[in-house]
Amino acid sequence: MDLFLQQIFNGVMLGSTYAIVALGLTLVFGILHIPNFAHGHLYMLGAYVSFFAMTRYGLGFWPALFISVFVLALAGVVVEFLVYRPLRDQPHINSFISAIGALIILETGVVVIWGPQAHRIPNPYPGTIELLGMTMTQQRLLLIIVAIIMIVLLQIFIKKTTPGTAIEAVAQNREGAMLMGINVNRISSLTFAISTGTAAAAATMVAPIFMISPAMGALLGMKAFIIVILGGLGSIPGAIVGGYILGLIEALGGGYISADYKDVFAFGALLLILAIKPTGLFGREVA
Amino acid sequence: MSLLQVENLTKRFEGLVAVNDVTFNVDRGEILAIIGPNGAGKSSLFNLVSGILRPTSGRVFLEGQDITGLKPHRIAQMGITRTFQTTTLFNQLRVADNLAIGYRMRTASGFWSTIFHTRRWKEDREKTMARVLEVLDFIGMTDKAFDFVSTLSQEEQKRLAIGVALAGEPKAILLDEPTGGLIQEDTDGITQLIKKIKAAGITVCLIEHKMNMVMDLADRIVVLNYGNKLAEGTPGEISTNPAVIEAYLGREYVA
Amino acid sequence: MAVKFLREKWFYLVLLLAAVTLPLVVTDRYIFQLAIMSLIFSIATLSLNLILGYTGQASLAHAGFFGIGAYGVGLMTKAGLSFWLALPLASFISALVGFLIGLPTLRTRGSYFAIATLCFGVIISIVIGNWVELTGGHTGLLGIPRPKIGSFEFSSQISQYYLVLAFLLLTLFVMHRLVHSLQGLSFMSVRNNEPLAEAVGINTFATKIISFMVANFFAGMAGGIYASLIGSISPSTASFNHTFNWLVYLLLGGAATLAGPILGAFAFPLLMEYLQFLEDYRLIIFGVLLIIVIIYFPRGLMGGIESLQHRIKTRYRLRKGDGKNVVTASGKSHQAV
Repeated sequence: MDLFLQQIFNGVMLGSTYAIVALGLTLVFGILHIPNFAHGHLYMLGAYVSFFAMTRYGLGFWPALFISVFVLALAGVVVEFLVYRPLRDQPHINSFISAIGALIILETGVVVIWGPQAHRIPNPYPGTIELLGMTMTQQRLLLIIVAIIMIVLLQIFIKKTTPGTAIEAVAQNREGAMLMGINVNRISSLTFAISTGTAAAAATMVAPIFMISPAMGALLGMKAFIIVILGGLGSIPGAIVGGYILGLIEALGGGYISADYKDVFAFGALLLILAIKPTGLFGREVA
Repeated sequence: MSLLQVENLTKRFEGLVAVNDVTFNVDRGEILAIIGPNGAGKSSLFNLVSGILRPTSGRVFLEGQDITGLKPHRIAQMGITRTFQTTTLFNQLRVADNLAIGYRMRTASGFWSTIFHTRRWKEDREKTMARVLEVLDFIGMTDKAFDFVSTLSQEEQKRLAIGVALAGEPKAILLDEPTGGLIQEDTDGITQLIKKIKAAGITVCLIEHKMNMVMDLADRIVVLNYGNKLAEGTPGEISTNPAVIEAYLGREYVA
Repeated sequence: MAVKFLREKWFYLVLLLAAVTLPLVVTDRYIFQLAIMSLIFSIATLSLNLILGYTGQASLAHAGFFGIGAYGVGLMTKAGLSFWLALPLASFISALVGFLIGLPTLRTRGSYFAIATLCFGVIISIVIGNWVELTGGHTGLLGIPRPKIGSFEFSSQISQYYLVLAFLLLTLFVMHRLVHSLQGLSFMSVRNNEPLAEAVGINTFATKIISFMVANFFAGMAGGIYASLIGSISPSTASFNHTFNWLVYLLLGGAATLAGPILGAFAFPLLMEYLQFLEDYRLIIFGVLLIIVIIYFPRGLMGGIESLQHRIKTRYRLRKGDGKNVVTASGKSHQAV
């Protein structure tokens, strides 16, 4: 029973990361229809920027996090402009290939600057809490709380603010939104900035728990795509629920079946879902 | 017996009824026009008949055989092909290739016969060439055979789209606004082509907004409004039907 | 058109000539080894070209199928089976796995298929890395026997070179026949306009499955040859870095052409060789190049050559005042039929 609760806790923690990263991806993939395959790599870059800010300039955890979010939001804007915007009206595959170019640059760039080895970010909250027989490190608990706060804030942003509703308008009807005087280019930039900025926050929160390495983004990026597809393209609740489900599947599968194969469960789940419902779990029929 | 029977066809999208309990027949060799204001459900109806959409309820029969819910390529193989409202072609390929693809379903050569150039492959090739030349002549584009689609005019693209649908020797052809976006002279050319299709014994089902063209071409007309069938009859009957005039013609036909 | 037909013939002739003379010209063993690798990767890139270039489905599991072929041949030949039996068997297994994976994933369109195949590629790497009893885990398989005919072993570079060349020609033959046929038109119709293809009676799902199976057969074959000639394989043999490399070869050389993949598979590694001094930065150039090519030259080198040729031809024609096409039954063989 204790093991079970512990795995659930780990699953929720993993799921919080997945949910935030998938949320950012569903904005650009589901709403802008850009298969930003470099999303996981931008997440990785976010962790490194925090690492750099802390080790090189001796900044604290939170200032480093904010700098990372800012830098990555900027990076997102640049990537959108250079890598995806020229391919906007072309087949999906072209953007996908362009994305592969971008992720090669990002990963190699990080290797060149910081080396291929893993690094550790000092843990700002190393204490533990005992609850219901579970041992929870404060950092993990904090990650879950911050994730929930970010999800709520993002929801409020999209539903209640002018730029947020503009994003939704573009999602529903690009031409219509343009006729209404919405600057689609600006919305694309904004969406990318939010997407990569939130990914950087998630990466920084996770970094003290696991090591950071140039390869950390690739797998996560793929999982984010899986979640977005499972949750239904562009569906924000789908991304959140999907993120937590995947986290739980991995934690329980890894704990009870095989830790070596824990990543196989996620990918297997995707293949299975696509076999049953090609448009994803919450995908809709189009007229 | 009618060639095509549509019985109580209904399609709902998340609360919106696109097609509501529509029933009509298409007789062999006739031109049936489907008219109605924008959003009346005409294109949805075509999508239901050609298998792109699955109906919520109702049935479609081709020569008495139930084809409801079959995949589009099966329905095409059974003898119903179509064009799309926004002209769609294989725009990376040449005119002749487009037509050959249209005829592909009448050929049987698969992987092995292609690799070994078997007799069947050779026969298929001969048959395809003959059919492509035939259709090129039929749509009057023989001199454009090797041109890329992207170099064709709007009107030529519309013709070719019809040609692609004809290449597979269909029993019935569904034309979704075949003259949409064309100027008057070009429209006349397409009208002639449609008459020619009828003369060749192929049943035509047509969605069209240009009323004078519909009145000229159609043997019978079905009028849709908000997904419902409003009326059905000959052009003469339709143009004097009070409900139709009220809902639709009153504004456009008179004007 | 006759011109195009001639060009294809020319292409084969030049290739054969280069193939025969290359061992005489190249004396550097290292460069020669590169050429052998380029031949193997040409097969892999040509097969990726079938599913991606001609059929328009971005299969990113290609290295995974390469890995299946490699491990298939490695395991079977180590168990004592002849290379000549193991290779077709492993290729067939690769095609069969492709069929099973294609069933769920090829129903989807666009990015979904790319992501699903990428996931499958990852699954293959994970399984190869962890199934220690079968695959030797991360140490991989060592001491895979070389191909033999009777008592002759393909151990010299020259013999290996000609062996791979023969397989490349076989691949090219199959691709050529497929692409220049009604079957090839079916592939292209799916790439160009899937809903229309379906509406004119083409079973697009079955078409994609065929393309995917043939592509994976040859990917597996390339992997099998690789395993047998190199003699050792590891999980990195199936890593998606390989897929990315082939993608670059394909796009750089020119997708949906037969010469392009081979051109890319030779030109790009050579280019990288000359840029050796740049070390890790090479990969950054790699990424930048990929983005530039896909944005500005989506048809690659061969596409560039083709449009240049077209321009010269039209100019020539205009001068002769014969800009009109004449349809003859024999002239129709230009594209496919």
